[in-house]
Amino acid sequence: MIEATGLTKRFGSIEAARQVSFVARDGEITGLLGANGAGKSTCLRMLYGVLTPDAGKACIDGIDIGGETSKARAHLGVLPHAAGLYNNLTARENIHYFGALHGMGKLLLEPRTAELVRALGMQSFIDRRAKGFSQGQRIKTALARALVHDPGNVVLDEPTNGLDVMAIRNLRDMLTDLKAQGRCVLFSSHVMQEVAALCDRVVIIGRGRVLADATLQEIRERSGAASLEEAFLRVLGDAEGLS
Amino acid sequence: MRTLLTVFTKEFLENLRDRRTLISALLFGPLFGPLLFGFMVSRMLEQSVIQSDVPVKLTISGSRYAPGLARYLETRDIKLNKQELSETQARAAVRGGTAEVVLLVPEEYPRLFGAAAPAPLLLIADSADSQTRKIADRVRAILGAYGSGIAQLRLQMRGVNPLLAVPVAVNDVDVATPAGRAVVVVGFMTYFVLFALLMGGLYLAIDSTAGERERGSLEALLSLPVPRAALVGGKILATCAYMCISLALSLTAFVCVFHFVPLERLGMSANLGVETALIFFAICLPFVPLGATLMTLVASFTRTYREAQTYLTTVLLVPTLPIAFASIYSLRTKSSLMFIPSLSQHLLMTSVLKDEAVPMLDVLVSAAASLGLALLLFVLTARHWRRETMLG
Repeated sequence: MIEATGLTKRFGSIEAARQVSFVARDGEITGLLGANGAGKSTCLRMLYGVLTPDAGKACIDGIDIGGETSKARAHLGVLPHAAGLYNNLTARENIHYFGALHGMGKLLLEPRTAELVRALGMQSFIDRRAKGFSQGQRIKTALARALVHDPGNVVLDEPTNGLDVMAIRNLRDMLTDLKAQGRCVLFSSHVMQEVAALCDRVVIIGRGRVLADATLQEIRERSGAASLEEAFLRVLGDAEGLS
Repeated sequence: MRTLLTVFTKEFLENLRDRRTLISALLFGPLFGPLLFGFMVSRMLEQSVIQSDVPVKLTISGSRYAPGLARYLETRDIKLNKQELSETQARAAVRGGTAEVVLLVPEEYPRLFGAAAPAPLLLIADSADSQTRKIADRVRAILGAYGSGIAQLRLQMRGVNPLLAVPVAVNDVDVATPAGRAVVVVGFMTYFVLFALLMGGLYLAIDSTAGERERGSLEALLSLPVPRAALVGGKILATCAYMCISLALSLTAFVCVFHFVPLERLGMSANLGVETALIFFAICLPFVPLGATLMTLVASFTRTYREAQTYLTTVLLVPTLPIAFASIYSLRTKSSLMFIPSLSQHLLMTSVLKDEAVPMLDVLVSAAASLGLALLLFVLTARHWRRETMLG
């Protein structure tokens, strides 16, 4: 479970996040929806502790990321906005590197990697160097790398950005599998169809603030709109310009 | 500690597969210096051989006015090319390169010479050309000897002791040992050693920082439950390893070059054997972590590979500055200079080459100063890596 409580962050005169609070629950997919520059990445970065909030705190499975950063991160898998691979390493070596940095020994790493390879369908390229990987192969490797330590919580920042239709479909299946395994999945997106297709809950962010935090059904009912798209637009106001 | 080792192993292996790193670390850096050095020394050998053994060619105009002088020049191994040129023609010939040096005997020479008045001679040469300058110098020296010979004869004929005109007799005593003389030639070799050492780690320092950011793997790495100091420490350690390999290769190449270049023929002995190479390695070793942290720190501030490359090329020049100062002010090994990294390594290596005694204390101070500065820079680097701005 991921809890954000009153997260606030300023960069100079720009308030990137203001009093952001929400909860992403286990066994659910939570979507963080907002336009480009709405503060999604800033919020997520505070959740996985590479940014320190000016106020508020974030907890992973009840552990304060600001206080016990390492312990909290052990419960967290992160797929940042730019999830680049090491091109001179094979997919397996990329995964093992992160596993080793999580403190996993070879005895743990081998079976866990085999498990991920099976689950994500990586058999054909696991021992090839990442140079020349397709987008789909890259996202699978990056996801396997983020999941190598078997975390209960997964945070993904705009994971579908720049992916082709096949790769997006693959990713959706992977996220649904993670949910089915009882994990807490939190991902950000500026594409509302994406969120509508996958999420149990949506947190809508605009200008650094939480505009709505509800299930899809609730959002539709509350706004009184016929379609989900209409509902989103009413919550955001048309100034935010979602795609 | 385990993190440090994990990062080290990964960076080391990854860059072993990178052609760019390999070429700069293991080929260009270590071999460039020794090869250029061998080439330059061979050229110097050739030139010095020309200077002493081959007869000098001199174009002389108006030799019929000074037959005695012409004969004297010929007995001194000067090959005369007799021509009739006006002064303007002679200048044009030297400037155009058809004649290297021209000696012009004017028409009034015999009259003034006979009257025991200073007889004019014109020596036309291009002092900007080092080759013809040498010839002109030699001709000038021979003409000087001819002049003083004639002067002594004239004094004798007038019943004056010619020794009266020689108030002092200067004898040159050169105390340079053969090894010491070689240092002039070998002096800049220490620069190449330090250059190779830095080149070895250059690309790894860039790849593990700016490269990591550019390919977008940095944020994932920074969100792992590991201390940032261990991350960057492992990267610096891998950079150090490549620098050590480059240093070892460079020294090996120098030992080979010294083996084949006949320095003895220049009247020099340079004792760069395996043993000296090992001492050099030990002297340079403390400079390795300093160079690695400096390059990593600078590269950590940059966003792209290209940007890092631009800044680090400047960093490559930093260690050469003290060496340049050392040669301008001809600094000698002093204990107080051992606190300056790169200069201290340069001076220590030069001392070893000169066969001078090297106090152990100097070596220790040099090492401590370099390592101390490296530690300081590491603290700064680790602090920078803990900052939020590291994400870029």
